Amino acid sequence: MSRARLRALLAALLLACAAGAAAQAIDPLPFRDHAQELRFQHLTQQLRCLVCQNETLADSNADLARDMRHEVFRLMQQGKSDDEIKQYLVDRYSDFVLYKPPLQPNTWLLWFGPLLILAAGAVVVAVNVRRRARAGASGGDAADGPAPDNNTEDDW
Amino acid sequence: MSRLLPFIGFVLLAALLGFGIWWNTGHDPRTVPSPLIDKPAPDFALPELDDPSKTVSKASLLGKPYLVNVFASWCYVCGEEHPVLMTQANRLGVPLVGYNYKDAPGDAKAWLADHGNPYSVVIADRSGRTAMDFGVYGAPETYLIDAKGVIRYKRIGPLTPEVIRQQLEPAIAALKKEAP
Repeated sequence: MSRARLRALLAALLLACAAGAAAQAIDPLPFRDHAQELRFQHLTQQLRCLVCQNETLADSNADLARDMRHEVFRLMQQGKSDDEIKQYLVDRYSDFVLYKPPLQPNTWLLWFGPLLILAAGAVVVAVNVRRRARAGASGGDAADGPAPDNNTEDDW
Repeated sequence: MSRLLPFIGFVLLAALLGFGIWWNTGHDPRTVPSPLIDKPAPDFALPELDDPSKTVSKASLLGKPYLVNVFASWCYVCGEEHPVLMTQANRLGVPLVGYNYKDAPGDAKAWLADHGNPYSVVIADRSGRTAMDFGVYGAPETYLIDAKGVIRYKRIGPLTPEVIRQQLEPAIAALKKEAP
């Protein structure tokens, strides 16, 4: 309500954010500068921990995740680009290590499957609408059955 | 017909979800298929557990097929797998190389002394750095590497008598047929 309370709430929120940021820095690595650290955070957030498979490398506390973070860091020190580092891990751990699946023939169904289902739904709707429009235009065919039947159809 | 449509939709959806359940019970969704199958094994050179002054490398093992079994004393499932290796390792007809993964040498030696040592040689990767080249993400894992140093088969999880009979033995037999 009051301004003071709002301010306290805001402070608490900020503190919570700070705690979150601290939790992410699981192990301190000797970054050259802040930009490199940000790049490291960004990159490890796109990579999957193989042990706890719904966590990113950045978030995971697993032993292997720590090793892989160190490996990513080592490759960064060698001047490898983000894509090169990703490829390095994909070569060893398959595409699964990437959180975002790449667009390639064996993932087409994954990427476009939802669109296919949407299209199928659209076809069903279009057919239904057209049939109903035709039935309405002809003033209700005898073939369409008795009136109560039409009512149950409207419920759908 | 049009009244049947929702029902057909329901059946299709149920079939799709049922397929999903069947698919996921048929295989372990946590298993990550290795992209290294039928690719050359990574170059490695690791010290022996018993005598760190000696090194075992990919080059030194070339010439005949061998198995690499990733294990660690801290790995619970390895303890379940171990009796199987103890009884079956000799029957497989290929050397079994023990790959001690991220383990303290003392712990590993004590563990092998306790449980028995089925390996023809044990190499130690304390940092886990080489294991990353192999795509190891947990123990136990087992690799079958052919005489040319190509990874031909990988088992993620413990070797059981069934897995050995149904997967590993046919894979070894295929290698033998290839190079008489």
